[in-house]
Amino acid sequence: MVTVLENFFTEIGKYGKLLWWSVLSIRDFSTYYENTIRRMKFIGIQSLPIVLMTGAFMGMVESVQVLYSLQNRAPLYLVGSIVTESIILELGPVLTALILSGRVGASIAAELGTMRVTEQIDALEVMAFNPIAFLIVPVLIAGLVMVPVLTVFADVIGILSGWFISILTTDLSTAEFLKGAQRFFIPWDLTYGIIKSAVFGFFIAANAAYVGFFTEGGAEGVGRSTTRSVVISSVMILILDYLMAQFLLKAGW
Amino acid sequence: MIIMIQIENISKSFNNHLVLNELSLTVNQGETLVIIGKSGSGKSILLKLIIGLLRPETGNISIEGNDIVKAGFRDLQEIRRHFGFVFQASALFDSMTVAENINLMLRKRLKWPVQKISERTDECLRFVGLQGLGKKRPSELSGGMKKRVGIARAIASYPHYILFDEPTTGLDPETADNINQLVLKLKNELNVTSIVVTHDMKSAFTIADRISLLHNGKIVVNGKPADILKSEHSEIRKFIYGYSLLK
Ligand SMILES: Nc1ncnc2c1ncn2[C@@H]1O[C@H](COP(=O)(O)OP(=O)(O)O)[C@@H](O)[C@H]1O
Ligand SMILES: [Mg+2]
Repeated sequence: MVTVLENFFTEIGKYGKLLWWSVLSIRDFSTYYENTIRRMKFIGIQSLPIVLMTGAFMGMVESVQVLYSLQNRAPLYLVGSIVTESIILELGPVLTALILSGRVGASIAAELGTMRVTEQIDALEVMAFNPIAFLIVPVLIAGLVMVPVLTVFADVIGILSGWFISILTTDLSTAEFLKGAQRFFIPWDLTYGIIKSAVFGFFIAANAAYVGFFTEGGAEGVGRSTTRSVVISSVMILILDYLMAQFLLKAGW
Repeated sequence: MIIMIQIENISKSFNNHLVLNELSLTVNQGETLVIIGKSGSGKSILLKLIIGLLRPETGNISIEGNDIVKAGFRDLQEIRRHFGFVFQASALFDSMTVAENINLMLRKRLKWPVQKISERTDECLRFVGLQGLGKKRPSELSGGMKKRVGIARAIASYPHYILFDEPTTGLDPETADNINQLVLKLKNELNVTSIVVTHDMKSAFTIADRISLLHNGKIVVNGKPADILKSEHSEIRKFIYGYSLLK
C-alpha cells in the first residue's frame, strides 16, 4: 500500500515536471512552431469525421428523448431550450472529449511511445534538440486549441440535428424551436462549455504526452501506454466535468 | 597525446543492479577506441553516459575539460553539438524523409542557408553510398541502409566525436565491411575521434587504434589490437576464439 502511494506521488511529480519543462520551453518558439501547426492540422483532419458523427447522433438522441419527456406535460418549444443547453453545457464538451481521448490521445501516446522505445527521443536530445519543445509543446498547444474548436463543430451539428428531428417528427415550427433555444440561453453557458473543452483538451494532450514520453519496455510498453492514456483521460474527464460543474458553472453568473 | 574524453570512477545502476562499477577510461584526440563486451555488459549505457543522456550515480566525465555530469541543459546542448551518435537500431525519425533526417540539425539548430543544407545533405548521402535516396522514408529502407543513414545523420554537422553503438551488429558481412570502411574514412579524412561499441571482433580489429574490454562493470583490458590478440584474459580469449574460428 505504501509503495502504491509512493509510486503514485512519484508519477505525479514526474507529470508536474514534464508540464513545468513545457512551460519553460515556450521560449524555444522556433523549435516547436512548425510541429504545432502540423499537429493542429492533423488532429483537426483526423478527428473531424468522428466528431461530426458524434455531434449528429448526440443531437438526434437528445431531441427524441426530450420530446418524449415533454409530450402532454409541457410546451413542446422547450425542446429548443433543453437540447441547446444540454449540448452546449454538457454533451458537446464531454462526448467530444471522450471520443477524442480515444482518437487523438491514443495515437499521440502510441507515436511518442514508439519514438521513445526506438530511441528517436534520445536521438533528438543528442542532436542538441530540446525534445520537450519539439514534441510535447506542440501536443499541448494543439490539444488546448483544437479540442474546443472540434467541440464547437459538434455543438453546431448537434443543435442542427436536434432541430431537424424536432420539426420532422412533431408539428413544432422552426420559429418555436428558436424561441425555445433563446429562452434560457445566456452567453456564459457557451463560454463555460468552451473553457471546459479547453481544459479537457489540455489534459487529453498532457496525459497522452506524459505516458507516451515515459514509455518503457518495447512494443508491449507502447501498447500499455496507449491504453493507459485513454483510461486516465476518460476518468479525468469525468472527474473534471463534475468539479467544473460544481465550482465553475455558477462563477460566471 | 591529447586527452579529449576523460571518464573517472563512474558507477551506474538500475534497480539495485550495478551495471558500471567505478569505471575509468580516457579517449585521445583522433583515435578510434573500440569497446568490446558481452550483451548486457553496459556498453550502450556507457555511451549514453558520455553524451549526457544518463547521469552516473558517482564519478566524473569531462569532454575537453567540460564536466558533463554537472552540466545544465543548455551547456549539454552546446557540448552535444560536437557529437554524432549512431544508434544501435538507427533511431531514424520515421515521420521524416531520409534527407530531412540527415539535415534536421542543420535546418533547425544551426540554421544554415537552404543551398548549403542541400549540398551537405547530398554530400553525406554520397559519403555513405546512398546518393539519390534522400526522398525515401526510413520504413522503405533495409537494416543496412538505415544504419548508413544513421551514420550520414551523425556526421552532417561535422562533429569532432562520433559514438557508434554496435554499427555492424545484425548486418551481412559485406554491409558490415562497408560500415567498417566508413568508420576508417571518417578517421582518416576528417580526423574525428570515435568510440565504437561492438562485439564484432572482425570489425574491432579492422577499425580500432585501441581496444578496451568492458567486463563486470569495469574496463579490465586495454591495449593496441596486436596486444589484445596476445592477451591471456579469459573473456578476451572467448572473443578471440570466436573470431579465429571465423577466419
Ligand atoms: N532503462 C533501463 N532500465 C533498467 N535496466 C536497464 C536500462 N537500460 C539498461 N539496463 C540494464 O543495464 C544493463 C546494460 O545494458 P546495456 O548497456 O544496454 O548493455 P549492452 O552492453 O548490451 O549495450 C542490462 O543488464 C540492462 O538490462
Ligand atoms: Mg547495447
